[in-house]
Amino acid sequence: MSKPTFVYVTYIRSTADKVWAALTEPEFTAKTWFGARHETEWKPGAAWRLILQDGRVADAGEIVEIDKPRRLVLKWRNEKPELKEEGWSRCTIEIESAADNAVKLTVTHEANGPKLIEAVSGSWPRILSNIKSLLETGELVLENKIQ
Amino acid sequence: MDAVFKALADASRRDLLDRLRADNGQTLSQLCERLAMTRQAVSKHLGILEEANLVATVKRGREKLHYLNPVPIHEIGERWIGKFERGRLQALSDMKKALEQEKRDE
Repeated sequence: MSKPTFVYVTYIRSTADKVWAALTEPEFTAKTWFGARHETEWKPGAAWRLILQDGRVADAGEIVEIDKPRRLVLKWRNEKPELKEEGWSRCTIEIESAADNAVKLTVTHEANGPKLIEAVSGSWPRILSNIKSLLETGELVLENKIQ
Repeated sequence: MDAVFKALADASRRDLLDRLRADNGQTLSQLCERLAMTRQAVSKHLGILEEANLVATVKRGREKLHYLNPVPIHEIGERWIGKFERGRLQALSDMKKALEQEKRDE
């Protein structure tokens, strides 16, 4: 395993189950993930795709590990031609208990190329902020979609 | 949010964040290189940054790697920057960068 390229952490006053749902279930990801939804059977080895609102496939890959609601590891490739050629990256999502009835959500991305790093480093902080604000206040900070 | 502002109110800690921005995932020893601070002082500053969630750490074998975590700074931006101001602020920031670069190149 190579050294992680990015590590994003946020603390959310919520439960692991709710954070897991906010990351995976379509009614939540429609709001938190810029209108996108996951297409997968959520089991190890299953194919995984992130579908944009207009039906385009943004990212594709495979479920490497899944331990609901604690840990999810995805083999990940952005499907834009210039990003696709950079090959596979690995994304690890971890949800742990933290103090004050909060959970710690950590997203680690190991990428091979600079373009994917640029793409994910713009999106992850926004997605994490969206999940935090949706679960803590019931409202969203951002509603903008991926162009 | 107090912890974030307190952590950012120190030039040495901002310098550490700049170093991580340039090269993410460094060990304490790497961060101590070419710094006029003791290892103990760097370690203390990193502790304050980690407490404020501005630095995230990952253990790899015996090493602890430090990462710049931009999520709290992003949340500050979200709180005070309106939805429709983003484009204009980006344009102003790009203009400032371009003009200051021009000056340096003269």
